[in-house]
Amino acid sequence: MDLYQELILEHSKRPHHAGLRQPFGAEVHHVNPTCGDEVTLRVDVEGEGLEAVVRDVSYDALGCSISTASTSVLTDEVIGHTVREAMTTHEAMRRMLTSKGEDAGDEDVLGDGVAFAGVAKYPARVKCALLGWMAFTDALHRAGIDTTSDTTSDTSTAVGTSTAADVTKTAP
Amino acid sequence: MSSTPAFSDEELARIRAGFPILSRTVRDGRPLVYLDSGATSQRYAGALDAERAFSEEVNAAVHRGAHQLSEEATDRYEGARAVVAGFVGGATDEVVFTKNATESLNLVAYGFSNSVAGQAKDPRLALGPGDEILITEMEHHANLVPWQELAHRTGATLRWVGVTDDGRLDLDGVHGPALDELLTERTKVFAFTHVSNVLGTVNPVRRLTEAARAVGALTVLDACQSAPHLALDVADLGVDFAAFSGHKMYGPTGVGALWGRHELLAAMPPFITGGSMIETVRMERTTYAAPPQRFEAGSPNAAQAVGLAAAIEWLQELGMDRVHAHELALTDRLLAGLAQRPWVRVVGPVDTTDRGSAVAFVVEGVHAHDVGQVLDDQGVEARVGHHCAWPLHRRMKATATTRASLAAYTTPAEVDALLGALDRVPDVFGVAS
Repeated sequence: MDLYQELILEHSKRPHHAGLRQPFGAEVHHVNPTCGDEVTLRVDVEGEGLEAVVRDVSYDALGCSISTASTSVLTDEVIGHTVREAMTTHEAMRRMLTSKGEDAGDEDVLGDGVAFAGVAKYPARVKCALLGWMAFTDALHRAGIDTTSDTTSDTSTAVGTSTAADVTKTAP
Repeated sequence: MSSTPAFSDEELARIRAGFPILSRTVRDGRPLVYLDSGATSQRYAGALDAERAFSEEVNAAVHRGAHQLSEEATDRYEGARAVVAGFVGGATDEVVFTKNATESLNLVAYGFSNSVAGQAKDPRLALGPGDEILITEMEHHANLVPWQELAHRTGATLRWVGVTDDGRLDLDGVHGPALDELLTERTKVFAFTHVSNVLGTVNPVRRLTEAARAVGALTVLDACQSAPHLALDVADLGVDFAAFSGHKMYGPTGVGALWGRHELLAAMPPFITGGSMIETVRMERTTYAAPPQRFEAGSPNAAQAVGLAAAIEWLQELGMDRVHAHELALTDRLLAGLAQRPWVRVVGPVDTTDRGSAVAFVVEGVHAHDVGQVLDDQGVEARVGHHCAWPLHRRMKATATTRASLAAYTTPAEVDALLGALDRVPDVFGVAS
């Protein structure tokens, strides 16, 4: 099955940065009401707005391999990065997952996240792969970080690294 | 196990011919193995034909106008009501067509609170602080949330019968209060499922209704998972209300039914109001039609009701005892197969005693979503998640389960296909098998 890439199984068995840690600026609890998956996630950020730096993301997750692995990859991709970079990765991840398989994802932007390209063919699982990301953005907001300003131009830059077809489809 | 035989190969082939969808393929040409009939069954072609014939031959507003089409449409719609009534052992004017069982259950729940606020003041339906609503921990959200909400609206207290580790109602109070502590003269209504949509447990309905009657509580039966699977007789069961959905019993979506004892329906105020449910309307005040019209405001889903009746007549021709025997034989086969796989934990009764054909299970160390994905990859369509019974899953210490639910058209080969597909799960996820 191309859905369960070795990388996904690895992350789901040994999730990176798992567990809840101090200090943190905000903690959120997100659930997937259709299957009962749950994640409690904390963020520790320093700075303001898009230039703030994600110092830590810690979490306690109860879910399927896709949601567990996706949250694990998320921590690899955002810890130590600016919120701007994290939002670019999030947007590229969301676009790949909702492309129904047309957007294979850019490894330079997504890192291990490209392993989730196969999820796009299974619409019922997209929510699983995005659960951690939704929790992460919510936690940033609750920590007082404005992630919306200035993302449009940044997003289209990220789109530019993907295929031309995607640009026309997803550009605002 | 009963002595009634399961369907033969020839009978099964004939049954399956009425469900064209069963011969399609999924996921790159694999034969469909549909084991999710508990969520929604496939639709009997004769039901679809009846629905279409209604629209092509007699379509008109029912219960309105004196023209011929309207008369014929009304005849078919009311004929459908008689079929449903006969199927559950009730009288025709005791059957209300609804959108689905969820609406049926809400209709009763709102009947209680509207009794407090509105015109009718039947003491059996009046709820307030100090009164109690009793449900069970194994309810589908459709027979749980409406009662929670009713408790909030009226100030009544919601209580529930617990579930034992092996998936039965904890009537004797092994883990919590026993039934006789929970069901008291304070209890105004006791709502419970006939067959659990997760565990497959068949509840001892007669024992529950007798206990409720002894304290003067009304009973509401969620019959969604029993109506398509076993012979249902509301009088014999002693319930006051019963709810079920058309789409779980080989009929169309968008139609369900509530059966209620006539004198209770007559004492109950309406849930949804508007046209068709009135007796007289003045600018200041409206009086209501008698049941069942009182509970069928607006243009009804007449074509779907006619389709449901056709599905029921088909079930009656098969014979509910045969359907039940067939599904029980397959359930036995499935449970035996699962028992040979120590890495699988069945959530619910592990033998066919007082059991329906929904079988939920957990593969230790693998989330149900991942189990379902591996099954789906092999064409086996089962349900994963909490199946709208989240509190029950918490009670059974499962985040989510995989559920196979069988039907009259399920074959032994399909049960074997599930077991074979399941054997791939430990390999894919590297857990012990």
